Amino acid sequence: MRRLLPQLVLRGREPRWLAPLLVLIAVTVVYAATAGPIRAAGANPAAAYERYVFTPLTNANSLTEVLLAATPLIFTGLAVAVAFRSGYFNIGAEGQFLAGAVGVSVAGLYLPDLPGPLAVPTALLLGVGAGVLWALLPALLRVRFGIDEVVTTLLLNPVALLGVQGLLNGPWRNSESGFPVTDDFGAGYEMPPALPGARVHFGIVIAVALALVIWLVMSRTATGVRVRAVGLSPRAAGFSGIGVKRVLFRSALVSGGIAGLGGACQVLGVGQQLTNEASGGYGYTGIVVATLGALTAVGAVLVALLLGDITVGAQNASLVLQLPPQMGDIIAAALLLAVVSVLVLRRYKLRRRPRHTTEVGAH
Amino acid sequence: MDLAYLALLGAMLTIATPLLLAALGELVCERAGLLNLGIEGTMYAGAFSGFAVAHQTGSPWAGLVAALVVGMVAGLFVGLLTIGLGVNQHVAGIGTTLLLIASCDFINRLQYGGGSVPKVPKFELLLKDTPVASQYLLTYVAFLVIAPVVFVTLRATGFGLRLRAVGENPEAADAAGVRVAGTRYAALAIGGTLMAAGGAFLTLALLGSFTLNITNGRGWVCIALVIFARWRVIPVVAGALLFAFVDALQLQLVITSAFSGVPREVMIALPYVVVIVALAVTGRNLTYPGAYLQPYRRS
Repeated sequence: MRRLLPQLVLRGREPRWLAPLLVLIAVTVVYAATAGPIRAAGANPAAAYERYVFTPLTNANSLTEVLLAATPLIFTGLAVAVAFRSGYFNIGAEGQFLAGAVGVSVAGLYLPDLPGPLAVPTALLLGVGAGVLWALLPALLRVRFGIDEVVTTLLLNPVALLGVQGLLNGPWRNSESGFPVTDDFGAGYEMPPALPGARVHFGIVIAVALALVIWLVMSRTATGVRVRAVGLSPRAAGFSGIGVKRVLFRSALVSGGIAGLGGACQVLGVGQQLTNEASGGYGYTGIVVATLGALTAVGAVLVALLLGDITVGAQNASLVLQLPPQMGDIIAAALLLAVVSVLVLRRYKLRRRPRHTTEVGAH
Repeated sequence: MDLAYLALLGAMLTIATPLLLAALGELVCERAGLLNLGIEGTMYAGAFSGFAVAHQTGSPWAGLVAALVVGMVAGLFVGLLTIGLGVNQHVAGIGTTLLLIASCDFINRLQYGGGSVPKVPKFELLLKDTPVASQYLLTYVAFLVIAPVVFVTLRATGFGLRLRAVGENPEAADAAGVRVAGTRYAALAIGGTLMAAGGAFLTLALLGSFTLNITNGRGWVCIALVIFARWRVIPVVAGALLFAFVDALQLQLVITSAFSGVPREVMIALPYVVVIVALAVTGRNLTYPGAYLQPYRRS
């Protein structure tokens, strides 16, 4: 019986059509897996997916909303990609994003009269600094004492959120309403819009420019080669004279800085005040973005745009079809798992089992 | 004052229970060579499914059973990804956590409209009015049954030996006739069940209801505890008690006048910081399980 089933064997070169085909299979799996819950929620899966994917692209206004939703995801996706590329598993982008949000708020609240051209850059710098600072401890513990960064970066996420809540319930509570949100920052702190009249702000331009820089550094410079070498094989990189710990340490801090910049842009671009909802899990979604983007800068931008599209679509579907907006998060997570699962199969091909031989190999 | 100390001890045991259960689950997985970052989502799913089924049936026992089944399925799902397909364990675990949390929040929104969730019948305290010993049945089970059983199973049974073997050196285990994949699936199923039991404790014993973000990073704390304990059962018990002690202490301190000036959030964050410090102090030069993070394929 078992002999009739085909066998998975390692393949040599992978044909060009295989990866797109596998991704298509993954998308189909995600669609099939989410169709049931969507139907259970009383909506038609095809109509729901049309809203998730296509409706946001049909008019100029919602297109700018897609860009707005994608902006924080580009930052966190790039942050995670830079760290993962070097083999440093920074799962703390969520906390570093929040740290960046706190950093800009320091500028906004204590330097309210800074003139326009100075205010935004100062605030962004503080945001980057705060992100780096939040990434510093796990990075130090990793390179000094070999303590697993996965755990320490993860644990600092709830601490960062508690820090934000502590500030908002304490010294930074709104002086007029008494709600746990900061006062509005000075007028100079508004991020200029990326397009006239739209909500999408200049942060998207910074994010795309940053992606270009990262692409250049990773693919065209010695630094990029070192980072990739450490990520592929720290031992081999060490033998060839690369300072592995230094590369890890710097990737970790750069990653934290990028996530911090993301939090900074988010606060300055949307609302100009710090709230408890400054990050709705952008740091965690950044892991999805970076992984689906194959840890490349260009890939991260494209996946962030896709997830931004689905986010806007999910808000729309929530209003029109009464589908809970969490379906957007389910799709993102399911897409991640389905794509990484099928892409593993890239290395294998199906073969008929040989006859008359006892089975060796295959699992 | 004595009463306050006893209350502190009692609260410590209660707070430690979900951590102990889930950390033991993680320990079982990691000893088999699998880092299960699905722990946070599995706890969350255990908490939510326990709550939802208790709400439907009116019985916390039915809720607990449902949570255990959900946990086992979640463990096997992580196994399908990491053992069956060989997906990177970090990505598979985080992805599973994100998927489970989003799914629970989705169902929660559908069922309860995202507003206030109902109270459900919850487990009763045993030995009421006795200091310290007044605990939930699950607390007794966790400390007096599950922890010793995991300890003995890992150390002194054939299954425990096979489990450790596939975590240390799967090639050798395979050569010796141990079914590597089967043993690892079993470890994940057991681990997932324990994690979900920890989550269910939050809704069915502590709270008697459900709130969004109920696990609040407790899964990550458990991963830290397992490393802090160097993959041994007794130090996991000690670590869970340490975290719970600091947590219980902060709960007591926020109501004492001497600490009224300290923001509540700083106190809540204290146990997380203590865990990081404990890791920094004790976590140096660790020997990880030999096949940690390594998928296994016969070549």
